[in-house]
Amino acid sequence: MLRIDGVTVRFGGHTALDTVGLDVADRETVCVLGPSGSGKSTLLRVVAGLQQPDTGRVLLSGIDQNGIPAHKRQLGLMFQDHQLFPQHNVQDNVAFGLRMRRTGRRESERRVGELLDLVGLPGVRNRAVSSLSGGEQQRVALARALAPQPRLLMLDEPLGQLDRSLRERLLVELRQLFRRLGTTVLAVTHDQGEAFALADRLVVMREGRVEQTGTPLEVWQHPASEFVARFLGFENVVEAMVRGDKAGTSWGEIPVPAGTPEGGCRLLVRPTGVVLTGPEEGLRCTVTGRTFRGGATSAVSLLLQPEAGPRLEATCTLPAAPQMDERVGVVFAGGDVVVLPGG
Amino acid sequence: MLTEVTKRGNVPAKPSAPRRRTVRRRAAAVRLGLMAVPLAFFALFFAYPVAAIVGRGLREGGHWQLGGLTEVLSDPGTLHVLWFTVWQAAASTGLTLLIALPGAYVFARFDFPGKQLLRALVTVPFVLPTVVVGSAFLGLLGRGGVLDELWGVRLDTSVWAILLAHVFFNYAVVIRTVGGLWAQLDPRQEEAARVLGASRFEAWRRVTLPALAPALAAAALMVFLFTFTSFGVIQILGGPGYATLEVEIYRQTAGLLQLSTAAVLTLVQFAAVAVLLLLHAWSVRKREAALRLVDARQTARRPHGAGQWALLCSVLAVIAVLLLAPLGVLMERSLRTSDGSYGLTFYRALWSVDETGTFLVAPAEAIGNSLAYAAAATVIAVLVGGLAAAALTRRAGKLVRGFDALLMLPLGTSAVTVGFGFLIALDEPPLDLRSSWILVPLAQALVGVPFVVRTMLPVLRAVDVRLREAAAVLGASPLRAWREVDLPLVRRALLVAAGFAFAVSLGEFGATIFIARPDSPTLPVAVGRFLGRAGELNYGQAMALSTVLMLVCACSLLVLERLRTDRSGEF
Repeated sequence: MLRIDGVTVRFGGHTALDTVGLDVADRETVCVLGPSGSGKSTLLRVVAGLQQPDTGRVLLSGIDQNGIPAHKRQLGLMFQDHQLFPQHNVQDNVAFGLRMRRTGRRESERRVGELLDLVGLPGVRNRAVSSLSGGEQQRVALARALAPQPRLLMLDEPLGQLDRSLRERLLVELRQLFRRLGTTVLAVTHDQGEAFALADRLVVMREGRVEQTGTPLEVWQHPASEFVARFLGFENVVEAMVRGDKAGTSWGEIPVPAGTPEGGCRLLVRPTGVVLTGPEEGLRCTVTGRTFRGGATSAVSLLLQPEAGPRLEATCTLPAAPQMDERVGVVFAGGDVVVLPGG
Repeated sequence: MLTEVTKRGNVPAKPSAPRRRTVRRRAAAVRLGLMAVPLAFFALFFAYPVAAIVGRGLREGGHWQLGGLTEVLSDPGTLHVLWFTVWQAAASTGLTLLIALPGAYVFARFDFPGKQLLRALVTVPFVLPTVVVGSAFLGLLGRGGVLDELWGVRLDTSVWAILLAHVFFNYAVVIRTVGGLWAQLDPRQEEAARVLGASRFEAWRRVTLPALAPALAAAALMVFLFTFTSFGVIQILGGPGYATLEVEIYRQTAGLLQLSTAAVLTLVQFAAVAVLLLLHAWSVRKREAALRLVDARQTARRPHGAGQWALLCSVLAVIAVLLLAPLGVLMERSLRTSDGSYGLTFYRALWSVDETGTFLVAPAEAIGNSLAYAAAATVIAVLVGGLAAAALTRRAGKLVRGFDALLMLPLGTSAVTVGFGFLIALDEPPLDLRSSWILVPLAQALVGVPFVVRTMLPVLRAVDVRLREAAAVLGASPLRAWREVDLPLVRRALLVAAGFAFAVSLGEFGATIFIARPDSPTLPVAVGRFLGRAGELNYGQAMALSTVLMLVCACSLLVLERLRTDRSGEF
């Protein structure tokens, strides 16, 4: 459906996109995940035809889009801050793309009604867009982008400005909606939760380059680099020297997966792999931070300062959680140890 | 897989490069095309006439006579005029700021009944023809004026009359420029400072004042510019003792036919104005810098507490005495005959041709002339100014910024020079317009264009680029996107701009007085001619015509006030 091929965009001396390549298959939802300034939005603008790439190609259904202006690409783009037309009401906003395609009045009204039902906003047709709440504007923006049945729907930080509970509800709805409609989606976000919930496939970007791609599970289980690991929120990264099925680190010996090549590398230990024991056992640590996260598992995040080596993050349940400044021992569970390639 | 594509993608897609260049070139061509009409207009109807008259003054027998330059510049008379021009402008500016700033605050932060109407009323003087302002003050401060009758005080040949008239004239500039921004400043910024321990005054000085400073500077410069080039007010109130450069240029040109002196004075004025405009452009650019603005309607509150009420009342009193009284006197004088009774004698006299030969036609015809000329001038100004504003919307490069400043030049150039330049430059083929009616609207449009650009530009620039992009992605071509997104948003600004252009065209005096044909005078020209003649009937008719002109201006402004855009322009 969409193929991005070696696209580079420079703004003055700054390279926003550096030979980026990316494929989106028909009916697939791909999420581009990266911190702000990693070039995600620029990527969408290139695909939409709002930004000329310096080099590289954008192909839609196999056709090079170079020289085709934005209004002839038949794409949908939902802007980060919606960009609803303030002078039009909801009906006219949603019908805008249909009018541009010269859809008949009756047909277009029927479709607007259908879409407003779809996004869960029946009966707001004649409201002014300024009278809508943030979440409602978001839904109208989605309806407007979907109305002309775009070949590809692009979402720029789709749920960025919404409060948490609304965001989580909308995420589930969106995922169901896209599956039902068979929409091809390219979304960008800096929020890993959003990306994991929405995507069939993830693309992690860093400073204009693609750092890793894969299914959410693949990326979660095997971060391709320390950057990806840290961006996903994993902080327990350490230099290691692998010998057999163990690796020597400043935290002591850590079990590594079978087949790990011998020699120096970097290891990631997920917080769930940091197992608390009695104070006399394993690596001795002091609790320096303790945050109750709540949630279904009533989890507690812990910050541990070991006797040697960098700080550790651990997680445990509330009943098992030690107090601040308590001394604990730590052993590492092999299943949650990941060897980071490339050092 | 993807990573492979990434690596392979290093090879750039070559064949597309020329196509991209065409796209960029097309954008440049569009901008150039938009600028072509305004550029041609200014070259033909501004630069050419001004250059022609300056050239004629400085050339003798086909040679440049630059000796005259030093001669005129070292003449004590010239230095005296220059000195007076500068200091009266500085004094007027200071006085205007002093009197109008409390007003700006009141209009920005207080909500009171009749505020809209009052804002329209204080703007009336700004678009009033200088001649009318002059005669209004004459009626208040002059011989036989209200002050003369009550206390025997006459100010009409003192500099105070000039200064007060300038305040009257420019009050609205400060209210609109400073007050407009003030109303949009988020009050929470000051509140944040208060919470951090700043006193009320300190919070204002450290938070609000710096935010207002660029607008203040811009307002001060505009007032200085308008008073620096003041003509009608000084011509009528100044008497023989006081002359600005503009008045002196008129005297040298029309009275003494000393074109060389006039040319040098024009150049001096031109240089001074260019410097002022550069300063203004610089301060405007700083003003557009990042300020978090909010809806003006949310910031105004009912005044509470004795202090706020006292402030509101004193501002209203100042407006009543300084702005409304002269207008009232004007109307009163137009209705009062010498025996002290009131009637429509002077108005009736406007419909007859007098025997003294002041006019070839009934003065009332000037009303029709003025409306027709102003309508034509408005069409021209909106067309030229609208295209210029569209070209300037996308900020780019020094060239465009230079164009921006160029558009303001007519405001500061001697209208007398422009008018006389029209006469001598546009009188031979291929451009022989001397006997054409279009000459007057063209000259008036020159003054209208800067207003159109200044009103349209902030609104056009405020249109979020991404709205256009949203329209494009939904399938709207650039032209369609402009029609669907920009036009509805700027429609009101366009109407406001047209109204301003209409009002200033209606009041244009300095250039029109040269080029209006004797058988078709405009209202200000007719007023000027009446005032130039002795006799009660002439004076009364001048007041009557001024009142008519004032009412026409006020009506168009009241209509404008209803249309006020959310983001106000700079006037």
